[in-house]
Amino acid sequence: MSNWEEVGPERFFVITRGRDRQHAVTDFDLVTLVVARSRPEPTMQPEHAAILRICGSPLSVAEISAYLSLPNSLVIVLLSELLGTHKIEARAPIPAAALPDLSLLEAVIHGLQRL
Amino acid sequence: MDFSGSEPVRGPREAELLPATVAAAVKVVIVGGFGVGKTTLVGSVSEIRPLTTEETMTEAGVGIDDLAGVERKSSTTVAMDFGRITISEELVLYVFGTPGQERFWFLWNGLFEGALGAVVLVDTRRLEVSFDVLGRLEDRGVPFVVAVNSFPESPGYPLDELRAALDLPPHVPIVECDARTRESSRDVLMALMRYLYELAAQPVG
Ligand SMILES: Nc1nc2c(ncn2[C@@H]2O[C@H](COP(=O)(O)OP(=O)(O)OP(=O)(O)O)[C@@H](O)[C@H]2O)c(=O)[nH]1
Ligand SMILES: [Mg+2]
Repeated sequence: MSNWEEVGPERFFVITRGRDRQHAVTDFDLVTLVVARSRPEPTMQPEHAAILRICGSPLSVAEISAYLSLPNSLVIVLLSELLGTHKIEARAPIPAAALPDLSLLEAVIHGLQRL
Repeated sequence: MDFSGSEPVRGPREAELLPATVAAAVKVVIVGGFGVGKTTLVGSVSEIRPLTTEETMTEAGVGIDDLAGVERKSSTTVAMDFGRITISEELVLYVFGTPGQERFWFLWNGLFEGALGAVVLVDTRRLEVSFDVLGRLEDRGVPFVVAVNSFPESPGYPLDELRAALDLPPHVPIVECDARTRESSRDVLMALMRYLYELAAQPVG
């Protein structure tokens, strides 16, 4: 089931070689929303093109990881690269402070009521 | 999946697309022992077909204590189920299910960071798993509610007995649920949100 096993650490290294460090500063959460800002191009690394293809509408990092069957950590490296070249837009999650905003919780309660 | 090959990556279906206006996401976590109904609950409330994401643990990221009694491996992969609920044109809620056993706690850093709160799903046939989870959540300061999933063979304890058995503080909500139905699962999330609201409206201590 796991493509990660198929992919293996070597493949991970090939996909991310030499580029993980310089972008590691960007913080992607599992629920950071990603939207493509440009079209996939045939010359692109296939993983990058695949991300741009599925992110026409906002998708979370977790969803991208699921659709690509790649582990989160690897997806985050790929996303950092795309962000670095302005090919995607990243929408950070609402930071849950120790005490979340009442209006945020009201909105969630309201949304659940309609479920 | 062969990225260099012919088969294209399949993204979300048309009906699963989020509006472009969605500006941010929030998340909650369902945590519990094996077979307690995490996947079922996620599936019951999710508007999309539930998805699975993988998280890997590398040896460097592992504390010695966490590995006590567990065979050493260079890396471990754990799958997490999750679902999604669109709250409004601007806001979306993600619901993650994660196993409660101590050896999976390496997942918790990324998962609980920024999470609004957690649901501890409890099976009365196996309360042991819950003790560690509850303690760990308290240590991390993650607000949580307890949901008791009722299986036919489960011993049916009254909730106040369960509260005592789990050593739950009086303010922590405990609710019964049937994870197979949307309404009951939704009510569990609602209990969590109402509790969070109370906490935020009247901070304790
Ligand atoms: N009677 C009853 N059965 C349930 C309920 N919730 C889940 N089940 C059943 O219990 C079994 C396990 O449920 P899962 O949702 O797979 O549990 P899980 O916690 O995701 O399990 P793991 O991921 O394997 O740890 C399935 O056969 C479900 O149909 C419930 O509320 N009542
Ligand atoms: Mg499961």
